Amino acid sequence: MLYREAGEFKSTYRADQAILTIRQDRWFMWALLVVAFLVIPLVSSEYWLGTIMLPFLILALAALGLNVLTGYAGQLSLGTGGFMATGAFAAYKLATAFPELHILVVILMSGGITAGVGLLFGIPSLRIKGFYLAVATLASQFFLIWMFNKFGWFTNYSSSGVISAPPMSLFGDNFVTGPYATPEAKYLFTLTLVVLFALMTKNLVRSNIGREWMAVRDMDIAAEIIGIKMLPTKLKAFGYSSFLCGIAGALWAFVYTGSVEPLAFDVNRSFQILFMIIIGGLGSIMGAFLGAAFIVLLPIFLSNAPHWFGLNIAVDMISHIEFMVFGALIIFFLIVEPHGLARLWQLLKEKLRLWPFPY
Amino acid sequence: MHERKLGEVVLRVEGISLSFGAMRVLNNISFDVRQGEIRSIIGPNGAGKSSMLNVINGVYHPQQGTITYRGVTRDQMKVHHAAAQGIARTFQNIALFKGMSTLDNIMTGRNLKIKSNMLQQAIYWGKAQKEEIEHRKKVEEIIDFLEIQAIRKTPVGKLPYGMQKRVELGRALAAEPELLLLDEPMAGMNVEEKEDMCRFVLDINDEFGTTIVLIEHDMGVVMDLSDRVVVLDYGLQLADGPPDEVRANQAVIDAYLGVSN
Amino acid sequence: MRIEKEVIYIFLATLFLMVAIPWSVGQLSKDIFFEWPFFFEVAIGGLLAGVMYSLVALGFVLIFKASGVFNFAQGAMVLFSALTLVGLNERGLPMWLAIIVTLAVMLLLAIVIERVVLRSLVNQEHIILFMATIGITYFLDGFGQTLWGSEVKILDLGIPNSPGLYFDGRILINDFDLVAALIAGILVISLALFFQYTRIGRALRAVADDHQAALSVGIPLKHIWVIVWAVAGIVALVAGIMWGSKLGVQFSLALIALKALPVLILGGFTSVPGAIVGGLIIGAGEKLAEVFVAPLIGGGIEDWFAYMLALAFLVFRPQGLFGEKIIERV
Repeated sequence: MLYREAGEFKSTYRADQAILTIRQDRWFMWALLVVAFLVIPLVSSEYWLGTIMLPFLILALAALGLNVLTGYAGQLSLGTGGFMATGAFAAYKLATAFPELHILVVILMSGGITAGVGLLFGIPSLRIKGFYLAVATLASQFFLIWMFNKFGWFTNYSSSGVISAPPMSLFGDNFVTGPYATPEAKYLFTLTLVVLFALMTKNLVRSNIGREWMAVRDMDIAAEIIGIKMLPTKLKAFGYSSFLCGIAGALWAFVYTGSVEPLAFDVNRSFQILFMIIIGGLGSIMGAFLGAAFIVLLPIFLSNAPHWFGLNIAVDMISHIEFMVFGALIIFFLIVEPHGLARLWQLLKEKLRLWPFPY
Repeated sequence: MHERKLGEVVLRVEGISLSFGAMRVLNNISFDVRQGEIRSIIGPNGAGKSSMLNVINGVYHPQQGTITYRGVTRDQMKVHHAAAQGIARTFQNIALFKGMSTLDNIMTGRNLKIKSNMLQQAIYWGKAQKEEIEHRKKVEEIIDFLEIQAIRKTPVGKLPYGMQKRVELGRALAAEPELLLLDEPMAGMNVEEKEDMCRFVLDINDEFGTTIVLIEHDMGVVMDLSDRVVVLDYGLQLADGPPDEVRANQAVIDAYLGVSN
Repeated sequence: MRIEKEVIYIFLATLFLMVAIPWSVGQLSKDIFFEWPFFFEVAIGGLLAGVMYSLVALGFVLIFKASGVFNFAQGAMVLFSALTLVGLNERGLPMWLAIIVTLAVMLLLAIVIERVVLRSLVNQEHIILFMATIGITYFLDGFGQTLWGSEVKILDLGIPNSPGLYFDGRILINDFDLVAALIAGILVISLALFFQYTRIGRALRAVADDHQAALSVGIPLKHIWVIVWAVAGIVALVAGIMWGSKLGVQFSLALIALKALPVLILGGFTSVPGAIVGGLIIGAGEKLAEVFVAPLIGGGIEDWFAYMLALAFLVFRPQGLFGEKIIERV
């Protein structure tokens, strides 16, 4: 009885086209933002902020990027890791070559550079479709990682191949990278960016470009017949998607780990992000966040679970069992709800709208 | 029968031949379409009717012949040219965007009219939002016209067949086309739905002055609606003319009744 | 089978480039050693390695053809079968018995996968099934190593593993590679015969052509699925034995799937000959590039070269060399 749209009338198309049209949804979203910006930094431990919330937010951003490409525009990609690496190395090169650049400029520019790389690898998508395209995107994944490993220029000729991100501040002493940055500052900085980009993505997918993406996804030939041009539409998806992935990569390297290494962005990362959007829900902004939360928290839960039950299992055994449980859970989730957590959330809301009546 | 004066020729196909590999689908087809008329293409299954529409809006590229549209003569149409120059169509097997709502499907039909760029859409403020609301108004007019207000926000995949056909017509109308190609808009419908659809076709023709090329199997519908009819059979053009004339044509009667020679 | 002209042209062009590029690089750069016997030695080595890639790709093709599922778990099945075989052997079973038991295990696995995964996800979109096979991959990788441990195990079937000299001692070829290629060849031929001449094989082809039609003439889909997964399991075991004897049985066997993917898209997902030809092209192309071109750009290209090569083919043939052309109708 508490959650329904009955009695809410919209008198303008503007109100009807708002992101959240039901009043309770808007309250919920505001409450969520208050919790994220105020409550979590106040009550969370350093461990939670630094090792759980940060990777969660950054991976959610990457998942958002992949969801634009795969969930909305229907182009299956396994190259997310490569694009994140591009963002990370672009940020590193920019920050070291032009130390006076502001961190925000560095991050946005590295997103832009990644978008360029993404456009390049998006060109074959005009001819290649489906799984053929998915495998072809692996070419970009392997090639990019090889390139960053092979050419010393990318790491400023560091001997170990691993380099650390320089400390940078937002303004004054407010460092968001490097050893002086507090977990709170890192968290709030990342959160702000992620929220802004999520809002931007939402705006795109509810505008014309988003409809064009979905049209291409649902039936490309019909989309073409009503005047949607394939190449620009697909390239915009590749470009914007890699823009977000690049920013996620830059944040990962600069804000989260503080070091730039290609290994963090190998093909397993690509799969991890793909898992997030499928578990979370293809073609859903919310899904990217739900999926990221699930995939980040699950291994933490799995590796701690034996301790809670007082079991003592060898470390490599735990990692094997983790693999097993992870695989089994993926299958379980797909069987229970192939459209992901976002769909479950929607179903729950639909039930709630009718509650306490069955229909 | 409505007596009307037909306008200028807007579309003329001449000597169109199309084959896939060894299979001849269209063989030397020529006809024209005049401004404001309802032009029907009829013929048995496999006659090449849908292929003819596909040639007109550029999905298939004929090996021979020319297409003259609005004074420009081409060997073949390109899909985006056709769309940009006001040719819209519906499909025999519904080709809606299944994951999107009715509203979004019809809004997508207006994609060529949207001028704001990606950055403006990302910020969703000012121009992009104003535009979105403007187009929404237009789309709502179409929704009212087709009487599909109640399914505005329903994903089209969940709609019954007849409704999907209507939404598809709405998507084509959203482009404000000058030439509308309808590929069996009434196939698989019951009498009531057919009547509705007939009314929509006539209203579109009358109110918006849209020229219509119609493929339909129901002879009653074709004879009632059309100004002129082309008859195809196995890729060959059997007849072309006003409904009464075509109905009396011996070759057409033979093709439909299957006279053995 | 009718081979399109386009395919023949692409094939000839590939052959030409495979000879012309190493030769001209050899002429232009003094860092690259080029001599005809050496060229053939590299090319033959590559072709033989390519047969091994084909072997893994074959498992993918079988499943994709019969059920439309892009089975990412083929690599995990290779690892799992090899681990099981060696594990049983180490626990005292004689090799022949271990092989039989492993075959039974692979059959059981096929049944379980059909019961638990495929049956519940029937009629879902392709991407969902693809994700489910990634789930199977994780599960099998974890399960195999939980059961049998993760240390490197040696698999010795007594195949000679020494280089031999051929053609008047001018070309050096590893005997093991020859034997492996021979076994792979026998497997491919027997699979082709199985498909062509047995009742089950015909049913499989019918299902591959049209699910609905196959169902309507009374071919039970679930049996077919169990059979293809079991056959893919046998192919995985053969691949596991060959790769395992070569590299040792360890986790990296699962990554061989990544090597088979470019073979697959180059040849076409739905074509058994495509898997063979694709494997040969990728194998030879990769070795030739590694020896004659890679030193110029810093080496280590084996991670991505096969993919780029396959991508180049896709630009000309988006459905792969022998894949079915998709004609879009509206």
